[in-house]
Amino acid sequence: MNNKNIKAGITVFPGSNCDFDVYHVLTDVFGINTSFIWHKDKINDLSGYNLIIIPGGFSYGDYLRAGALAARSLIMETLKEYAGRGGIILGICNGFQILLEAGLLSGVMLANRSLKFECKNVYLKTLKTDTPFTCAIKKDAVLKMPIAHHDGNYFATSEIINDLNKNNKIIFKYCEFNGSITGDSNPNGSLYNIAGISNEKFNVMGLMPHPERSSEKLLGSEDGGYIFKSIIKYIREK
Amino acid sequence: MSKKAMIKITLKEEVLDPQGKAVLSVLKSSGYNNIKDVRVGKYIELFIDSGTENPRGSLDEEVKEISEKVLSNPLIEEFKIEIK
Repeated sequence: MNNKNIKAGITVFPGSNCDFDVYHVLTDVFGINTSFIWHKDKINDLSGYNLIIIPGGFSYGDYLRAGALAARSLIMETLKEYAGRGGIILGICNGFQILLEAGLLSGVMLANRSLKFECKNVYLKTLKTDTPFTCAIKKDAVLKMPIAHHDGNYFATSEIINDLNKNNKIIFKYCEFNGSITGDSNPNGSLYNIAGISNEKFNVMGLMPHPERSSEKLLGSEDGGYIFKSIIKYIREK
Repeated sequence: MSKKAMIKITLKEEVLDPQGKAVLSVLKSSGYNNIKDVRVGKYIELFIDSGTENPRGSLDEEVKEISEKVLSNPLIEEFKIEIK
């Protein structure tokens, strides 16, 4: 696939460890013009980018709280401006935690209910499809993607949950392979099986599972690729 | 002159603390049957050079701001400050 005219940036913090996985998928699988953005790079303006991805990992060792220190680094101010202008940001795993701590998304991640690092394939139900991240996915489609996290137990006040429900900001929920949303299919204790949410304008999404680890047949699932296909479709049609 | 701020961060009462529950179960299995519950929090010390100009005006205000904005997450945590 040739998407050289699409420009993507991957933010890198000390402790990011899925940055090269995302780079591989964006470049080798989807042919997107991709570069890394070190958190200390003096970039005042990200408007040249069609897409920013905050990858998974353990930024700053997850000290204090997962994502807390990265969320307060310099690059985040620039990212907030970028988001404010409608720029597309996808936070994966630790990237999701960083978006929550930075206030770009609402809520917080607690330690998994099991207190264990959960590393396995899960199924996700697609609840909303008119977003940049899901526009190439059918409503209610079930996607198989891996999770790998210790703090993925989404928690929020009832006001936040009401707002997420009222404004359809819950994009993905953990489910069974047949799409039913059950307690058993919830891998971490997340409120209402929440796996991915977005902001008011639907240009920022946080997702706990790893689409970059499920975009090639060789890895057992290509379902994560639909997230990137959606973003490409959205950028092309915009 | 230097000062020290001591900040205790605890989970709000309504937030489940799986870490505390794990500690509780170990205590119970070690025979400490009178322990009813365990909550795990954080303790942070800030060492402050009070000779340097403080952009927030008062030290109390500054430590409160740091605790609110960085050290704790107000959605799930509360904090208590002591400055010496």
